Amino acid sequence: MLSFTQLRKNLRKDFNNCATVKVAVLGDTATQFLIQALRGAGFEQGFNLQIWEAEFNQIERQVFDSTSDLFQFNPEIVVVFYASHKLLAKYNKLKPEQHIELANNHLKLIDDVTNAVNAQLQSKIIYYNHTEINDSIFGNFANKIESSFLFQLRKLNYELMVFAAKHPNFYLCDISSLQNQFGKSIFFQPSIYVNTDMILSIDILPEIAVKTIDLIGAMYGKSKKCLILDLDNTMWGGVIGDDGLENIQLGSLGIGKAFTEFQCWIKKLKNRGIILAVCSKNTETIAKEPFEKHPDMVLKLDDIAVFMANWENKADNIRQIQSILNIGFDSMVFLDDNPFERNMVRENIPGITVPELPEDPAEYLEFLYHLNLFETITFSNEDTERTRQYQVEAQRTVIQKSFTNEDDFLRSLDMISLVEPFNKFNSPRVAQLSQRSNQFNLRTVRYTEADIEKATVSENVFSFTFTLSDKFGDNGMICVIILKKANAETLFIDTWFMSCRVLKRGMENFVLNTISKAAKEKGYAYLKGEYISSPKNEMVRNHYFHLGFKQMNEYWILNVTNYDDKKCFITNK
Amino acid sequence: MDLSEILQQVNGIFTDIIDEENIKLSSETTANDIEGWDSLTHIQLVVAIEKHFKIRFNSKEIQGWKNIGELMDSISSKIS
Repeated sequence: MLSFTQLRKNLRKDFNNCATVKVAVLGDTATQFLIQALRGAGFEQGFNLQIWEAEFNQIERQVFDSTSDLFQFNPEIVVVFYASHKLLAKYNKLKPEQHIELANNHLKLIDDVTNAVNAQLQSKIIYYNHTEINDSIFGNFANKIESSFLFQLRKLNYELMVFAAKHPNFYLCDISSLQNQFGKSIFFQPSIYVNTDMILSIDILPEIAVKTIDLIGAMYGKSKKCLILDLDNTMWGGVIGDDGLENIQLGSLGIGKAFTEFQCWIKKLKNRGIILAVCSKNTETIAKEPFEKHPDMVLKLDDIAVFMANWENKADNIRQIQSILNIGFDSMVFLDDNPFERNMVRENIPGITVPELPEDPAEYLEFLYHLNLFETITFSNEDTERTRQYQVEAQRTVIQKSFTNEDDFLRSLDMISLVEPFNKFNSPRVAQLSQRSNQFNLRTVRYTEADIEKATVSENVFSFTFTLSDKFGDNGMICVIILKKANAETLFIDTWFMSCRVLKRGMENFVLNTISKAAKEKGYAYLKGEYISSPKNEMVRNHYFHLGFKQMNEYWILNVTNYDDKKCFITNK
Repeated sequence: MDLSEILQQVNGIFTDIIDEENIKLSSETTANDIEGWDSLTHIQLVVAIEKHFKIRFNSKEIQGWKNIGELMDSISSKIS
């Protein structure tokens, strides 16, 4: 973790290659250092945060005045920081019989703030939850007294989670858990607070800034999707090829508990939708043996989407894993106990995250908890299915090799697609795909669930979602189109993104056939497309050209009145 | 540790935090003499000095020094 001084030095660096994000920060304590830390930490993740800072203690003044500087600034993200110390000051001023209402009153205020922001901005709100202060008026008994400050504070933190669950654009940044981890004596320095009204110590600022940037990163599609695992001394203690099945340390043998708990964590990640792959220097049959036969293995072969155990070098194996999964190296994390392998992979695979695992396996979990590698802003039922889908994809790759003619192969897949507009069932998945799709994404406009709700009610917006299933399995929703009326005869393709899982199946043709037909039926003559280059979407630079659109200035135009359906082997469900 | 040694180390801390190579502190130096030594940087300096000498200033001291000499006296009284 960089120190605050180092983060501050980042401010002088060249932000030209960073993505600009407009952020407003509103706090009821001094926030100048927080802002510098945020901007410095943003630089580390490739963000150029353009921060507008509200004057000291002006949260309500800015939010409830519709003409305020906040709204003029029009931020993409609004950070709201109500400090627990100020809440305590408020509590101190209340009459004792009002103490019991503190949490509810503050929640009402947050609800009002959220509504006021939503009424004028499309922005996301990041709210810092409350660090605990026990004023020791009741001692432990505070836990039994609803009107105690501790009781109210904890109630507030709980209710904030309930509130966040109901409001799609309201996110909590969990600084309370940071205080639990580091301790209040590191989090809060009374001498500095008394002198400056700064609540956050210099030492904790980088932690808070990084945690905030993690959240912003997830909002802008920087999330980890795949965890690649070494086996010997990473998944179990010992070397399976030397020690044998009975002697590797797992469960109650030796320090096996460390590995068993570690595997439980990895299994939970898999259940959440992180794809697991194995990359191990081993003979494949021997490497698979524990997965098949060891009673204390938590991970089973079913949990692993791609299993690479051989004697080739690990960088090559990881490239192979990448080509099967079709996701960017920057969304991959590689765990290996061996520093040599870690360095080799780090040097040869740009973008991949390779944590410096502690030497003692007992430390793995706490170390990885702190790294917070798997930040996300969405979670849907499909996440839990992902591993199976990638396993099926690996199977499909094998079958494809047996066909010499591509059309025959595609025809043999019996592909079926369900086309639907946005609705309340599919919108969480739409939002998620919107955040995650980087490569096959023509304009890379990110939509949240809240944005999607707005789109569904607009008359001039037409939405399409596509699923794809075949004889091997169901890929779920893999493509989204948003068309917006540009003028009486033209529909603009505001959004076209697709999961790379389904490349080379003729899905692009099916999608174009579908939207051309829809445009014609609704009385439009033209579809207008646009490609906006991003660091990751090179693969679709010529997308519209290949589909027969004609270039016109910055845009691509297709006349749908004389459009002939393109060849495809996908049936409409 | 004698005062000249303290001065040398404090000078190093100032150089790092203010990010300016040519800082040359003396007992008489005040905040007005050093560009970049504002009230915010002051807090950063205080925390860095505390960490470096493994001491804690009380909240009155943080506001009270007139010049580097007084700051060094504070440090010296805490580490001896």
